[in-house]
Amino acid sequence: MDLSAINPILLVAAMIAAATPILLAAIGELVVERAGVLNLGVEGMMITGAVCGFIITVNTGSPTVGFIAAAIGGAVLSLLFAFLTQVALANQVASGLALTLFGLGLSALMGQSYVGIKPPRTESTPLGSLADIPVIGPIVFGHDLIVYLGLAIVAATWATLKFTRAGLVLRAVGENHDAAHALGYKVKRIRTLAIMFGGACAGLGGAYISLIRVPQWTEGMTAGVGWIALALVVFASWKPWRVLLGAYLFGGITQLQLNLQGAGVAIPVEYLAMSPYIVTIIVLVILSADKSRAPGSLGRTFHASG
Amino acid sequence: MSRNLFDKQSGAGANPLGMAVLSPALWLALLFVQLEKRPQPSKAMAYATPVLAVVLTMIFGGVLFAVLGKDPLQAITTIFWEPIFGEFAFFYRPQLLIKGAPLVLIAIGLALGFKAGIWNIGAEGQYIVGAICGAGAGLAFYPAESVLIFPLMVLAGALGGWAWAMIPGLLKVKFGTNEILVSLMLVYVAEQLLASMSLGLLKNPEGFGFPGSRNLQQYPSAHNAEIITGTGMHWGVVAALIAVIFAYVLLTRHSLGFAIRVTGEAPRAAKFGGVNPGRLVLFCLGISGLLAGLAGMFEVSGPSGQISIDFNVGYGFTAIIVAFLGRLNPLGIVAAGLLMALTYIGGDIAQSQLGLPAAAIQVFQGMLLFFLLALDVLTNYRVRFGKGETA
Amino acid sequence: MKFTTLLASAAMVLGLGGAALADGHEKTKVGFVYVGPIGDGGWTYEHDKGRLAVEAEFGDKVETVYVENVAEGPDSERVMTQMALDGADLIFTTSFGYMDPTNNVAAKFPDVKFEHATGYKRLHPNVSTYSARFYEGRAIQGHIAGKMTKSNIIGYIGSFPIPEVIRGINSAYIHAAKVNPDVEFKIIWVYTWFDPAKEADAAKVLIEQGADVVLQHTDSTAPQAAAQEAGGVVTFGQASDMGQYAPFPRVSSIIDDWAPYYIARTRAVMDGTWEQKDTWDGIGAGMVGIGEITDAVPADVKEEALALKAALADGSYHAFTGPLNKQDGSPFLAEGETADDGTLAGMNFYVEGIEGEIPQ
Repeated sequence: MDLSAINPILLVAAMIAAATPILLAAIGELVVERAGVLNLGVEGMMITGAVCGFIITVNTGSPTVGFIAAAIGGAVLSLLFAFLTQVALANQVASGLALTLFGLGLSALMGQSYVGIKPPRTESTPLGSLADIPVIGPIVFGHDLIVYLGLAIVAATWATLKFTRAGLVLRAVGENHDAAHALGYKVKRIRTLAIMFGGACAGLGGAYISLIRVPQWTEGMTAGVGWIALALVVFASWKPWRVLLGAYLFGGITQLQLNLQGAGVAIPVEYLAMSPYIVTIIVLVILSADKSRAPGSLGRTFHASG
Repeated sequence: MSRNLFDKQSGAGANPLGMAVLSPALWLALLFVQLEKRPQPSKAMAYATPVLAVVLTMIFGGVLFAVLGKDPLQAITTIFWEPIFGEFAFFYRPQLLIKGAPLVLIAIGLALGFKAGIWNIGAEGQYIVGAICGAGAGLAFYPAESVLIFPLMVLAGALGGWAWAMIPGLLKVKFGTNEILVSLMLVYVAEQLLASMSLGLLKNPEGFGFPGSRNLQQYPSAHNAEIITGTGMHWGVVAALIAVIFAYVLLTRHSLGFAIRVTGEAPRAAKFGGVNPGRLVLFCLGISGLLAGLAGMFEVSGPSGQISIDFNVGYGFTAIIVAFLGRLNPLGIVAAGLLMALTYIGGDIAQSQLGLPAAAIQVFQGMLLFFLLALDVLTNYRVRFGKGETA
Repeated sequence: MKFTTLLASAAMVLGLGGAALADGHEKTKVGFVYVGPIGDGGWTYEHDKGRLAVEAEFGDKVETVYVENVAEGPDSERVMTQMALDGADLIFTTSFGYMDPTNNVAAKFPDVKFEHATGYKRLHPNVSTYSARFYEGRAIQGHIAGKMTKSNIIGYIGSFPIPEVIRGINSAYIHAAKVNPDVEFKIIWVYTWFDPAKEADAAKVLIEQGADVVLQHTDSTAPQAAAQEAGGVVTFGQASDMGQYAPFPRVSSIIDDWAPYYIARTRAVMDGTWEQKDTWDGIGAGMVGIGEITDAVPADVKEEALALKAALADGSYHAFTGPLNKQDGSPFLAEGETADDGTLAGMNFYVEGIEGEIPQ
């Protein structure tokens, strides 16, 4: 065992990068859920974003265009969910699961001729020399643009929900859609926009995996990250900054268990591999003392004349 | 690859484009359609919509298959007709039971909770733990033969699934912890536990170091064999039938069923009506975990035969869809479970006979679910054409 | 037994026996059952390349069918039965977990030939097994790794601790330590067959902890990309060539090449010469391909590696040749002794010098 092999600075830096896809998907889903909609199709939207981003990046040579395409791809797929739940008033849990199934299949079809291709490299340090500052450099300045974009989206979501009229309306719709409707807000339109935002964020998160974190395209490559993102939203009690905390916690434990293995710590590996999930449960139980609760209308179908 | 369906220049670009056009087009309907709630759900529509959904899936699926360069008519008949009425139906019909039974068994338990607004989405984990406990109980006695071993395994499987579901149940009741999250997290924990068991405690000592337990099909006392050979009817199928009847009676005749429905529809009213929400949570999670555990146990001791790293194949998640497709109604769940099983079996046949990729079958299944879910609206609402949402 | 009778008569009606084939009028039908999607870029992808090679070799005389994403257990049994009912003459089942299902189905279709990859059970005369000696390729990787490491730390990403993976670790370590006694192996088990993001994380951790060579027993290119990002880290392609990362960081690769075997066995069925056998082929038979060793490897090291490859191929050298001890110091192989296939197949211990424990 050689714990000195673990470099805490690099560990933190790696944690930030590893947490980014979960963070992006989770912050999107948070907005969806604050609008009162439970979309379990995050995994399907992520993988669709992953393949759209990959295809466009390979064909245009530009990761930036690729990430935009990923966001559009995720948002377009989420429109299917919006149609089902907002127009056809279908059950949200089942619609979300169906969306995941559909997204996994669709992405596999789209990506068939992209297996084994290496995408153009995404520039990693736009902040250049700042990354050379000791300790703070690698942690704060050493990342790619998408990491900062993720943080910016969290901050913007927090500010929008807390300080703006739009945020107030969104929360009103999520808390009590009948009252919001009575006040003259277009519940379905607002929810549809929220769902699209969620889809776009999930798409970005997926593309982060296929373009930066791995980078390659293979079927089903998101490997369940979407589900973790869903869990994080609940874990965060629907608060943006806690999503960030949760994503870092989850990413950090995953990184730590790999680091401990590399350092030869003699803990049974399968229990180490379980640890991120168990720690999440434990933290959740501790946080349950806090009485913040789910949006009032979460998961319920809204129909104006009903 | 010979069967590259989209070449890089033309198809791959057109495909997301097609999707981009299609889904907003659907969504535009919002602007022109108005829904009016029916005073009573339409019986006729309740029966007509699933049929209509299947027909629409055939049309859209046919288009998909045609785009992929396959004969749509042939593909559709292969998926829906071949397993039930084709040349080898004698083989596929029993397979429908084998594939459908675990789905129905799990979905029945989930539906009780869903009706009460209790969200167990971790049935996959309870299924795994049930299988581990069931197989473990049997293998503990290997190679002794006794008629008591199988009942003991059933008990262990049920208890395992129940206990795994009790974790989110107790945490919810004691601390108010969200059961969706905890039950989902426990799926991942259960998967690691499964890997650990396959590589360690339950590993076949005569397996030359390879992962995986002994095959219970070769251990007569622990084997959940077909009750009548060639029918696919094993104890898991029987258990699923019993569960369906049990759930039906519970929901229609018993006060507990009434409590479940009221809690789901109006939780506050239920509380005033004397329903103890904590006990209801424990009951619903417990029963769904128990049934999922049973499903895992019957699977591992019968059709599957052994604990291995990849033993679980997603029945716990698919069952959630089955529960909703069946409108949370026990008889509906049976129909939905068999329909899902049919698309899996027919889909595999289409893959091998027509060279359709597995992904196309997945998309096809997704479409079927979309149409079933979307058309359900017609049961409770009338469609009027006119201006959209008024605010 | 109504069911078995039905299956048997169905098989007869379809003329599954060799008779219909001998006159050359009917196509030989070959089925493939895959555990993953053919788009996985690794294990299943390479098996499917083998299938395409069979088509290319025999053209009109052969028809191949496949089903992908087939779960082990009852689903695989159903798919195999379905292929047999549809008139397949030969069925390749390409995952270890298909072992019992393959034997179950083979019992019902005595005239159909079954080939099960990586297993050991041949309960019926119509079941053969085949596997590849990937550890021979690991020996070459170990040699190159031992020569090229400067930090003397070699990272290794394992999927699950099964004999196949442990054998590879041992083989790589033996040959790395032979040329560089100071070498140390850091092993990370990811406990998944397929999760590219986790493989990327594992590779990054190994690199951060000082590894300048990363070996992988997982199929994605994530470790290659991580190595490229870090710079100065050597990797090897796994399952497929991963040539898109050549000449550096990917300096060579182990390629699963099932084509020669699939063609040979299909031909045997056509000729009526198919017989049950247990095949465990390596570099010599072409089942284990060694991808081009790039110029990033010093010329003398490349020469030694190629010599090692030649010796492994012609059988003059065995990758597990004594003297070797087990991790606990107990003797494993005496001077000049080579490991027998039984020991290799079920290998569940590290050799002396590797630190850490195999998770159980």
